Amino acid sequence: MLRMLLRRMFLGATTVVIVSMIIFAGVEMLPGDACTAFLEREAQGKLLENCREAQGLNRPAVERYIDWASSAVRGDLGISANGQKSIAELVGDRLANSLLLAACSLALGVPLAIFLGVVTGLWRDRPVDLILSTLTIFAMTIPEFVSATVLILVFSVWLGWLPGIVLTSASAPAAEFFPEIMLPVLVLTMVMTAHILRMVRSSVIEVMAGDYIQMATLKGVPYWRIVFRHALPNALLPAINVVALTIAWLLGGVVVIEVVFNYPGLGRMMIDAISDRDLPVVQAIALIVATVYVCVNLSADILTMIANPRLRTLHMRRG
Amino acid sequence: MSAPLIEIRDISVGFTGKSGATLPVLRNIDLTVKAGESIGIVGESGSGKSTLALAAMGYLKRGLRLLEGSVAFQGQDMFARTRTELEKIRGGELALIPQNSGQSLTPTLRIGAQLIEALRLHSDVPQAEFSAKAIELLGQVRLPDPAAIMTRFPHELSGGQQQRAAIAMALAGEPTALLLDEPTTGLDVTTQAHILELLRDIARNRDMAMVYVSHDLGAIARVCDRVVVMYAGEVVLDGSTRQVLKAPVHPYARGLLASIPRLSDPRLPVALDGRPPAPGGAGQGCSFVDRCALAQEQCRSRRPVLERLPSGESVRCFRHEHAEDLSLTGSGAIPAKLDSDAVPALRLDDVAIRYNRPRLLDKLLGRDSASVATVDGIEITVAKGETLGLVGESGSGKSTILKAVAGLLPPSDGRITVAGGEALAPEVEQRSPDHLRRIQLIFQNPDDSLNPRQTIAQILEQPLKLYFGLSGDALHQRSAEILERVRLGAHYLDRLPSQLSGGEKQRVAIARAFAADPDLVLCDEVTSALDVSVQAAVLDLLNDLKSTQGTTYVFVSHDLAVVRALSDRVAVLYQGRLCELGPSADVYATPSHPYTEVLLGAVLEPDPDTAPTLSADDVVELSPPVRGCPFQRRCPRKIGPICDTDAPPWRYRADGHGIRCHHTIEDLETVQRKDVAERCA
Repeated sequence: MLRMLLRRMFLGATTVVIVSMIIFAGVEMLPGDACTAFLEREAQGKLLENCREAQGLNRPAVERYIDWASSAVRGDLGISANGQKSIAELVGDRLANSLLLAACSLALGVPLAIFLGVVTGLWRDRPVDLILSTLTIFAMTIPEFVSATVLILVFSVWLGWLPGIVLTSASAPAAEFFPEIMLPVLVLTMVMTAHILRMVRSSVIEVMAGDYIQMATLKGVPYWRIVFRHALPNALLPAINVVALTIAWLLGGVVVIEVVFNYPGLGRMMIDAISDRDLPVVQAIALIVATVYVCVNLSADILTMIANPRLRTLHMRRG
Repeated sequence: MSAPLIEIRDISVGFTGKSGATLPVLRNIDLTVKAGESIGIVGESGSGKSTLALAAMGYLKRGLRLLEGSVAFQGQDMFARTRTELEKIRGGELALIPQNSGQSLTPTLRIGAQLIEALRLHSDVPQAEFSAKAIELLGQVRLPDPAAIMTRFPHELSGGQQQRAAIAMALAGEPTALLLDEPTTGLDVTTQAHILELLRDIARNRDMAMVYVSHDLGAIARVCDRVVVMYAGEVVLDGSTRQVLKAPVHPYARGLLASIPRLSDPRLPVALDGRPPAPGGAGQGCSFVDRCALAQEQCRSRRPVLERLPSGESVRCFRHEHAEDLSLTGSGAIPAKLDSDAVPALRLDDVAIRYNRPRLLDKLLGRDSASVATVDGIEITVAKGETLGLVGESGSGKSTILKAVAGLLPPSDGRITVAGGEALAPEVEQRSPDHLRRIQLIFQNPDDSLNPRQTIAQILEQPLKLYFGLSGDALHQRSAEILERVRLGAHYLDRLPSQLSGGEKQRVAIARAFAADPDLVLCDEVTSALDVSVQAAVLDLLNDLKSTQGTTYVFVSHDLAVVRALSDRVAVLYQGRLCELGPSADVYATPSHPYTEVLLGAVLEPDPDTAPTLSADDVVELSPPVRGCPFQRRCPRKIGPICDTDAPPWRYRADGHGIRCHHTIEDLETVQRKDVAERCA
């Protein structure tokens, strides 16, 4: 098992390194660089030369990549092109905000999704299942910006219960984001719950039709005991991976929601950086998001391995 | 005799078909089980035997409904009971041993936890003694080291051990009746024989009633007093085991018996043509009428009733008095024997196969990580037109050898050559198209080996296009011809595999192999997934193709009687090593290698007068021993330390029959003859 773990971690690290190369190469291939973005219209002749000299942009790409990568490992993501501020500092706040949004959505969404998934799976084809399954289709197919706009219309414009937009500054402490954060959390929870619910539902149905559930029934095990002891530990295994993907998505991909609600998270920072052509920031965020993806999926794999006796003992024997 | 324990009265069970009509799976079944009685329910797949057994517990699979009738256990209607009442009876007074214990044990719970759950629900054992009692139960089903088994997960046990654990779980509630749903299907012969002996002992000692559902008449013969034969959801014959197996009065039962290959009979079994009607497909008359040799006009127009005969049996047949005219045993074709002109079609030279390759790290450090090879020292020559049977239990390496010949698993040592001395490339990607064409493989399960989205025509056309470049009319004609050869009409060409029965699918798989016009056909358990009557038809077909095409077969099966029916020579494998090799008549007679002797002794014949001889434990070995004889740990005729240290020599008889053992052939013959004589006395 230890051998397996080390192997997985090594593979994960390799993935991050390769991704970082791709990011660097991609940014490198774009026309222009940090200096042309910073100097804008004056980016020509001597001025541009001097700037490039100062930023070290004249050195070969490989050298600059190694420089960038090795300081990234130490936590130094460089300096933003336009503000001359440390990126680590800028990104740190945003990352914390994104984490807050993700944590709230997960805390609400995951238990809800699992509960409803089990309910729809057990009462398959009954009214509860039909209603919930139809709702999930809606939640999955309506684009987030539409549902977000509708929720703003209902809860802040008509009812006036919740603020429809986030005005708190990016560096404010977490507590100050309430209640502004509630609507974005609601939208994210809806989408996320729908995905996890469907996964859990089909997994519960599959397990409940299995031979060992029939056997447990014919062994005289009471129904709810079958559900909790025999069915759920097996049915929820595949959910671990879906939850992991959801976490990764929440931390890196909720650009639309952040823009609609003006939420100061990583996604919006990325959009801003792109439109400002702030390439060092774009690079840094892409790298962070990739690392998060790899880490979350790695932990999901390890969790699955721990929770599934088949995998666990298999690797124990080998390792 | 006491009052009936289980009383099934006139039940019919059905489901709603796509058309909205109610289709019956069970039709008007009566069955009474008395305390301490053991009853066998036999029938082929789809006959409703498992449904009947589960209905006895008041349980129907999803989608099935009770149409009429009642099931009473100890006088009370099972379908009228509340859920709590049922939970108390199931696993308590009435316990089930499932078909596939590997899938019937919850994978995330340890064996101990599952056993203790059964004790908590169904026994008076105080909580403090649960573990001790569970260990005692595991000991009673003769599992080695019960305390260790308690902490294992189901997948860490072998098939036989899982089955024993399931039996222990059923015994936890001290049941008065035990339902067994194909409990030994899928197990090795020796394991099966051991489990059946265990069940017999337990039933006798505890005076338990048993309802034993199986398609295997050999197993039924061993454990049951009475046998009920089911066909298309009906009981067609019900009588004592002796009556049903020795002189059955229903034509279907006779056909079923005749389709079973026997160890003692070198002839091929006789197939039952046709297939049973689908649920709801039986017309007004007898459901067996389309396949019955005795059918008359009245059989088509009226449904016979279950008639009680003076001899005590009940039979559902108008013409049961004439059933004796039908033969009982395999009077089928004599297997084709070709004059092998000694040209080898296939040669394995000292072939070894390893699954675990040496690790990169070990290689770099120069460490010797080479473990014991999975298959080692295989030296076999198959002559042109000959059929070589490979037998052995699971894990004996028989399928591994086939894979190596097919190029799916490159051997780590040795050479494989085909006719003309051409060496085969170890990997299938490197083989020339001609070599690929000359060697064809037929798999065990046609459901897996045929693409479900391709029509039969597409499946057959592939090799024809690939190897012969056929197209257009020629292609179509040739496919039809090939299909004809496996006794399927050209109208099958447009069908999908899902529209075919199991036997028909396997014929298509055979047709696909023969479309390449191969020299050598590798058959990997090709009949194991089929019903016996269908199996007989497939064996007959293979035999036919052999005599017309002169094909060479390598035939792998765990069923010794099936191998006997088709093979000219047989190789017996244990732990990936050859034990015995010779003409099939010699291998199946004395003297034989001690392992062959164990295997043959464990075979169950559908005859209540024979009993298996169990001379070795059914221990599962995970890897072969590093030194000495591969069979050293289980051998009932072990000599001593020499078996542990030295590889046994080949000892040959004049006819080329070889046995690999430290005993001389003469010694083996003497002791084995003596044992047989003692057993008869």
